[in-house]
Amino acid sequence: MLLFAASALCATAWAALAPIESTSRDEIFEIPKGTWARRMAGDKVEILPSEIRLTLGVKDVLVLKNSDDVPQMFGPALMMPGQSFRLPFETPSVNQFACTAHASGQLTVVVEPHPDSPWARLRWRANGLLAMAPGRERAHGQGH
Amino acid sequence: MPFIAAGGAATAADVSTFKAGTFSPPRPAPDFALRGSDGGELKLSRYRGKVVVLGFGFTHCPEICPTTLATLADARRKLGPAADDVQVVFVTVDPERDDAARMRTWLGSFDPTFVGGTGTEAQLATVRQGYGVTSEKKPAFFGGAWFAHSSFTMLIDRGGRLRALMPYGRAADDYVHDVKLLLGERSVALE
Repeated sequence: MLLFAASALCATAWAALAPIESTSRDEIFEIPKGTWARRMAGDKVEILPSEIRLTLGVKDVLVLKNSDDVPQMFGPALMMPGQSFRLPFETPSVNQFACTAHASGQLTVVVEPHPDSPWARLRWRANGLLAMAPGRERAHGQGH
Repeated sequence: MPFIAAGGAATAADVSTFKAGTFSPPRPAPDFALRGSDGGELKLSRYRGKVVVLGFGFTHCPEICPTTLATLADARRKLGPAADDVQVVFVTVDPERDDAARMRTWLGSFDPTFVGGTGTEAQLATVRQGYGVTSEKKPAFFGGAWFAHSSFTMLIDRGGRLRALMPYGRAADDYVHDVKLLLGERSVALE
C-alpha cells in the first residue's frame, strides 16, 4: 500500500514538473484514398471532429491531407488530390471556420496556451490520458 | 509568358515559415472574368507578376469584411514601396446590391488601389466554387439580407498559384510577413 502511494506520488510529481515535449507539433488529419467512393456508396464518413483542440508549443500546427482521388472540402480548404494544407497557430484563440462537412457548418479550432505551470502540465497530461481512454479515440485517417 | 521559371519548388519559400495556412503542392488559382469596380473587366490573370490577396464578401457586411479590408490597407502601408507589387482583389457575394460603382466607393474608403469584382449570381458562384468559398444568404433582422460566408483571404503568388489561406482576424503584420515571403520568391511561372 505504501509502495503504491509512493508510486502515485512520484507519477503525479513527474506529470506536474516534467517539461512537456513533442516530437512533432503537427496535428494531422487525413482523408484516406477511397473516401469519396465510400460516401457515394452511402457510408457516413467523418474525418474531422467538429472541434479540434491544439496546445501552443506542443501541438499547434493543423495539418490536413487529401489522399483521395477527388477534390475535397476539408475544414476551411478546398484541396486537390494529393494536396496538404498546413495551418500554424501562434496565439491562444478560438477559431471558427466554415466547414460544409459538419452539420453545424462550422469547424472550431481551440488553441490553448502552453502548459507552463505544474498544475497546467498535470491537467494537460490528464486530458491526454482521458483522450486515449477506450471509446474516445479520435479518427486519424479513417472514418468513424 | 510574362515570367521565367527559375527552378520551381527550389525557390519557393519554406511553408513552415508562413503565418497563413499553406498548400503543398500549390495549384493554379482559378482565373475568372468579372465586372471590375474600376470599370473594366476584372481578370485575375491581369495581375500575374504581382502577389494577389483575394477576399470574398459584401459591402453591407457589418464587421468581417471591413475588418479584413482595414487590416489589408494597414498591411499595404507597412509594406511601403513593395506594396506596388501587391494587389488586393475583393469579390462580392452580394451581386444584387454590390454594383461596380458601389464597390469602387466602398473599397476606396479603405485603399484606392483595392479592386472589386461583381457579376451575375451564376458567375460569382462559379468563382466561389473554384476556391472552396461558401456563402449563404440570410434574412436580416430589420429587413434586407446578410451573408454567412468564408472569411479567410487567399494569397496568390506572382505566378498565379494559390499558395495560402489567411484566417480572419490575423494581424496586418502577419500579412506583411507572408507577402514579403512571396515577393521574395524567384519562381513565378506557371506556363
